[in-house]
Amino acid sequence: METAITVVLFVLLLATAIILGRQRNLFAASMLTGIFSLVSAGLFTVMEAVDVAFTEAAVGAGISTVLMLATLSLTEDVEAREKKISWPALAVVVLTGGALIYGTLDMPNFGDPHAVVHGEIARYYIDRSWDEIGLPNMVTSILASYRGSDTFGELGVVFVAGTSVLLLLGGRRSELPASGESPGHERPSSRPPGKRHAHVREMPVVRTVAKVMLPYIVLFAFYVQAHGDFGPGGGFQAGVILATAFILFGLVFGPQELVRHVPPERLERIMAVGLMIYGGVGVVAMLLGGQFLAYGVFTPSHPSHGHHYGIFMVELGVGITVSAVMIIIYATFATRRPSLAPQVVLDAEDRCETEVSADDVPLVPEERALRSGADLLAEGAAGTDAASEVPS
Amino acid sequence: MTLPNVWNYWAVVVLMMVGLYIVIAKPNYVKKLMGLSLFQVSVIMLYVSMGRVTGGTAPIYILDDGAPRPFVLYTNPVPHVLMLTAIVVGIATTAVGLALVVRIREAYGSSEEDVVAELDRREVEAANALAAQRAAESDASSATAAHAGASHEEHA
Amino acid sequence: MSEHLPILMVLVPLLSAPLVVFIKHRKASRVIATLACALSACAAWTLALQMSSAVSYPLGGWRPAIGIELRVDFAGAYVAAIVSTIATFAISLGTRGTREDVVGREMFFYAAFLMCVAGLMGMVVTGDAFNVFVFLEISSLSTYTLVAMGKERRALTAALNYLFLGTLGGTFVLIGIGLMYQMTGTLNAAAVSARIREVEHLRTTHVAFAFLAVGLGIKLAVFPLHQWLPGAYSQAPHAVSSFLAGTATKVMYFQLIRVVVSFFGVAYVFDTLHFGDFLLPLSLVAMFAGSLSAIFQPSLRRLLAYSSIGQVGYLTLALSLGTEAGLNAGLLHLGAHAVTKTALFLIAAAFIAQVGDDRLDRLSGLGKRYPLLSLGFVLGGLSLIGVPGTVGFVSKWALLEAVLAGGRPWLAFLILASSMLAVVYVFRVVEVLYFRAPLANAPPLARERADWGSWVPAGLLVLVSVGLGVWSELPSEYVATAAQSLFGGAR
Repeated sequence: METAITVVLFVLLLATAIILGRQRNLFAASMLTGIFSLVSAGLFTVMEAVDVAFTEAAVGAGISTVLMLATLSLTEDVEAREKKISWPALAVVVLTGGALIYGTLDMPNFGDPHAVVHGEIARYYIDRSWDEIGLPNMVTSILASYRGSDTFGELGVVFVAGTSVLLLLGGRRSELPASGESPGHERPSSRPPGKRHAHVREMPVVRTVAKVMLPYIVLFAFYVQAHGDFGPGGGFQAGVILATAFILFGLVFGPQELVRHVPPERLERIMAVGLMIYGGVGVVAMLLGGQFLAYGVFTPSHPSHGHHYGIFMVELGVGITVSAVMIIIYATFATRRPSLAPQVVLDAEDRCETEVSADDVPLVPEERALRSGADLLAEGAAGTDAASEVPS
Repeated sequence: MTLPNVWNYWAVVVLMMVGLYIVIAKPNYVKKLMGLSLFQVSVIMLYVSMGRVTGGTAPIYILDDGAPRPFVLYTNPVPHVLMLTAIVVGIATTAVGLALVVRIREAYGSSEEDVVAELDRREVEAANALAAQRAAESDASSATAAHAGASHEEHA
Repeated sequence: MSEHLPILMVLVPLLSAPLVVFIKHRKASRVIATLACALSACAAWTLALQMSSAVSYPLGGWRPAIGIELRVDFAGAYVAAIVSTIATFAISLGTRGTREDVVGREMFFYAAFLMCVAGLMGMVVTGDAFNVFVFLEISSLSTYTLVAMGKERRALTAALNYLFLGTLGGTFVLIGIGLMYQMTGTLNAAAVSARIREVEHLRTTHVAFAFLAVGLGIKLAVFPLHQWLPGAYSQAPHAVSSFLAGTATKVMYFQLIRVVVSFFGVAYVFDTLHFGDFLLPLSLVAMFAGSLSAIFQPSLRRLLAYSSIGQVGYLTLALSLGTEAGLNAGLLHLGAHAVTKTALFLIAAAFIAQVGDDRLDRLSGLGKRYPLLSLGFVLGGLSLIGVPGTVGFVSKWALLEAVLAGGRPWLAFLILASSMLAVVYVFRVVEVLYFRAPLANAPPLARERADWGSWVPAGLLVLVSVGLGVWSELPSEYVATAAQSLFGGAR
């Protein structure tokens, strides 16, 4: 049964990947990346990697799809032209894939419980982490304590991502509209009025459902934050889910509105605080005479209590920084003032450049339909009318 | 020769290679980033596959009255921990890459690799031509300067 | 306190980065960043000079292999000291050469710089394979952004190309680590090298090494995988290109050494896998192709960048010998080239600040106008060539000795021949500086007065590179100990 499910999921993944490669409509392609992530999260669940599945679903299917849509509203949504099969690329791929297949030939059987990989350290964590740390979820024990420095570095990567996006895109925000106005509403649209879809912000159903859902998403985020010790979850997943609530708010009520309520200047500080909490816990342990991140010294008489405190604090730091960075990244993309420069394309000989609008690119009817649906999303994602960047 | 039971890894390798192909071959930057994240997710599958234990349950202690039940077969938790980090690295890279694509679209008016490369090539050519012209003018003006005083009307 | 030195040199820059973002003060952020780099350098030098054997630091208090272990041997302390010192020198340039929209948001620039330093330092000190990957990604991701902050729009494409290649490299490393972990069941360097004997006949192990080598090869800019380097080095802001030129490829080289020596073992890598036979031809091609391309570059920083590709060729050549003498030469050249190339990039920054352009022909005849700066460039260039009296000679001599000891005199000949190419590209700059008439129609110079921010660190580094060339026993002895302990533990 398990094998059958795995096979089906792999077939789905492969189909998604190949269609993704061939799809020239980038909105459709970004949806396909979301599908790919979601299906792979299913695969991880089948393979009992629940924490990985949870994170992949939240990050790959959620955040990264939204980011891609936000990017597409600032760039083009159609790949310029079909490219022939690239033989050098194919050669590299065949070589790399061949090497990996060659490497699998001496691997232990899939699922072999006696494989070396399940030996010493994995055995140690399974046998001893209950006594030494006392959390039901071994993954949390390992990532926050045994391998706490990896997670500290991982939080560093998140912090770098936030800093980088701010540095790259933070400089040019769209002007904040006066409150009460719905941005994007009064923008001139190149589309005839009759063809224009209702703006997502004008749909009462969407607005109401979003309003009802927001508190529950936030509540769920806190639950995941606190429950990471007992089941799948923890600071990272909680941070992403908390950010999702804000991103949903931004999608439905407009990113300007989000920025008005949650000023990025404040989020920048919050993003720094989380990393400092994590590092601070480690430094306090050093001051108390232990090593960096040696939580046991907090309560010398009963080290496992110290581990509970330490893990709680570092997970809190992770949650704070991750949620702040995710909101910052979304808000920075979504409030970036779109460039009005027309698209530059090269003609067949790569010699002279001509300027065409995205609307000139021939589309088959289904793609046209997809595009208008996608425009709707883009407007939600970026608060801009995607058509307005292309003067017709 | 008997092959080990590793078809699962082979499927992962195929997915990985589709991603790698998209990164290398597709000219559109956003598409390349999609391929990159496909590649990275497939690597996560590779790790998770190696952590799998047939019949093993998720690495969360099954508790009976506050103590873990003995003799339970758990999946290897280490690859899961490592891959949580890798997922985070993946989304961070995607975010930075997309931000760069937006900047490139603003600066070049295109997010296609071949168009941008062509524009870069022209920019370099123009700069070289300008420098050659400047050098020639410099020679000419120093020649005239030697004869009849400096004349700097030429603009650079 | 001193037992914490290995983690402190990573932690100081890593925690200063959020501090800088939190305080959000433009001037203060520069001061904090400089102080953090200097403190990290102090920690690294203290450790390097006082240690008597390899230092192990168990993070979280867990014993090695169960937890993550930091492990600093002589070579590690040496590389860490170089990286943090060069960071301190490079950051003195501040945000010079960045695009305008950095103005007012300098704290993010400094935060990214500090994270980059922390990532590289972390890679050097950690003794855990996966921890290497984490720190690698911290430094890479911040590098992409820092490169993109260059003035011209080409900086953006350079950064994105670097991101694609770098991420592929990082992911290859990740695959390699995964396969290595699958074969040995552990991630700790010492534990892996103890286990690798039992599995070294397996094909999976071979592939694990191949992926680690190719992944690090991309990051190290080994010849056919070097395409990201010229763009990244020549378009980045000055502080960033000075820092990267001296450290980024060097740290990756050190990682490659560790993968070969500490994880897989020299005997396996060279006798079973014949790694040297792959690396040697690539190194030779890099030495010639890099230097040849450098000769034809129109801009100063591109010239220096291509010269780096050639210099990486010497580094990998030294490693490909697979001997202790080779390792010794490689480590020496790592330090020598780091000091020299950073000095040259700092001087290039000073020139560009004066003439406002990094095209070589704009420097025509400026040798008399800026005598000290030009002299600095000449001395640095001599060290790049490997002229006696400079630190570049010390390392090149060690390389020649290593090659001759390996019984391959033709390699020694090729090294000398490629050094002749270095003579050509260095002399090309000298010719422009001293023997050409100043451009009659050049736009006026940006600054009349010297700008100490880049002159002082550049001058100091040039003095170091000459000083270490004269008192050559100082670096030689330390590195010889380092190579011996690294290699001795491996066989």
